[in-house]
Amino acid sequence: MSMMEWWDGFWATYNTVIFSVGVNAMLALSIYVTLSCGLLSLANAAFMGIGAYAASLITMQAGLPFPVALAAGGILPALVALVIGIPTLRLSGVYLAMATLGFGEVVRVVVLNMEITGGPMGLNGVPPVTEWWHIVLLLGVTVYFLARVRRSKIGRAFEAIKEDEVAARLMGVNVAGYKLLAFVIGAAIAGVAGALNAHYTFTIGPNNYGFENAVDILTMAVFGGTSNLIGPMIGSTILSLLPEVLRHFKDFRLAANGLILILVVLYLPKGIWDPRRIRAFMQRRNSNNSASKKVN
Amino acid sequence: MLEQQLINALSLGSVYALFALGFTLVFGVLGVINLSHGAIFMLGSYAALLLVEKLALPLWLAMLAAMVATGLIGLIVDFLVLKPLRKRNAPHLIPMIATIGVAIMLTNLAQGLFGAENKRFPVGTIPEDSVTIGNMHVTAVQVGIVVIAFVLMIVLLAVMRRTQLGRALRAIAESPKAAYLLGINVEGLFYLTSFAAAALGGAAGVLVGLSFNAISPFMGQPMLHKGIAVIILGGMGDIRGAMIGGLFLGFAEVLTVAYISSDFRDAVAFGLLFLILLVKPSGMFGKVLERKA
Repeated sequence: MSMMEWWDGFWATYNTVIFSVGVNAMLALSIYVTLSCGLLSLANAAFMGIGAYAASLITMQAGLPFPVALAAGGILPALVALVIGIPTLRLSGVYLAMATLGFGEVVRVVVLNMEITGGPMGLNGVPPVTEWWHIVLLLGVTVYFLARVRRSKIGRAFEAIKEDEVAARLMGVNVAGYKLLAFVIGAAIAGVAGALNAHYTFTIGPNNYGFENAVDILTMAVFGGTSNLIGPMIGSTILSLLPEVLRHFKDFRLAANGLILILVVLYLPKGIWDPRRIRAFMQRRNSNNSASKKVN
Repeated sequence: MLEQQLINALSLGSVYALFALGFTLVFGVLGVINLSHGAIFMLGSYAALLLVEKLALPLWLAMLAAMVATGLIGLIVDFLVLKPLRKRNAPHLIPMIATIGVAIMLTNLAQGLFGAENKRFPVGTIPEDSVTIGNMHVTAVQVGIVVIAFVLMIVLLAVMRRTQLGRALRAIAESPKAAYLLGINVEGLFYLTSFAAAALGGAAGVLVGLSFNAISPFMGQPMLHKGIAVIILGGMGDIRGAMIGGLFLGFAEVLTVAYISSDFRDAVAFGLLFLILLVKPSGMFGKVLERKA
């Protein structure tokens, strides 16, 4: 079997898995942004859904080109985030988590009861126009953009708010404004991811964007680690591939996701990609090595 | 017509209240949003079902045993997951995320063990008696639900208000550290709270299993969402608030279905939640508690 044939077979079997690795990386980054500002939002699945529906309706009903649909898939959730963010982000901690969870459910019920969204049946026949390079390109743009933000004044403000909101405010940081910005950026990224996802899965429905999905997104980010950009991407990659690896466990494989979440929270509070811990580990190993050399 | 709706609302509302009671108790005492409460509620249903099916226990005994079983599960979750986080003094959101993990695990384990389809109690388990008063049709199950829920609520309220134990729990709710310095066995009472809360959740699970006679691994999630709405409506950590919030939600839902549209049934809880968070985040009775930021 030639390399080319092997690749064709592999791609035919696994292209949806590979696509979802990329899209999940974007989703994990979308919640990373809000977490980096100290906000736990469970609304990102809902924003993903808004983006998916907006983009699908544009390609299906209006027949506009895919790039327009993608743009709308990012802009509409961002606008919604702007509107609901102003009152909601006054809340903190668990209250914010609960409010965003409530928002997600309201979105689900609204989508369920609208005619244009296809109600409980969802939308069928979304044109499969997402190519692998769309995902790579947009993921790349997202990473570049977030890396720039991270090193900018905005990124430092996010970090200050995350560490100590009161202190940040006293230092003259516009806490409410930056929180809103993080929320809106997260919504836009989640929306684009939703638009990409809708255009390779063919069918979307209101239950694809519920609480479980919000939790999945959060799990990927927390698992990988949210202290930097690489963590969420590693977390999303591993958790997207895990169901394939755990195929033999059939009904129990989703239980593994729960177990992983618990174990990570208990034993790796900073996620698996924690540069500080890795550096410390390498240093310890190096010093052990040099110590053993001396003995020899 | 209206009277009948009010009866239905009362029985639905008392289940919500009973479920929310355990949920709010854990928040009040441990300061944790325990998102595995819905999964434990679901396990309560299955426990009662198994005991009735396999051991042919009478219903009341099965319910008691199911409460003990779910209580123990709550205790184990506390010991294995929440205690290490308490020790580390992890910030508020961390235990919440951990309990999401517990919920995912328990739900999928239940699905693997019992299958994804709806299960029913064997024919004859659920008393089918009912009385008709004027236009109202009241089933024995509805009466049972309201009575059991109210008895459990009143017992819990009495314990919290009148006993030394309740005083200790309220002291912990104010400040675990101060309570510890005053010689209260804080860790022991955390366990007791987790046990009691899970047992109340299990009881609610049995009652819901009986009233709809459909038990599935996924029944916990929607209930959890309702529970969140209830404790936010009533004020987080407030027992009276959970009772009144639960009844309020029951009435709001049933009346929405009856007079507006069943499509909006699930939006009611979250519409209310959203509104109350925007207007008065502390809920009807609560004060905003943010012990650990």
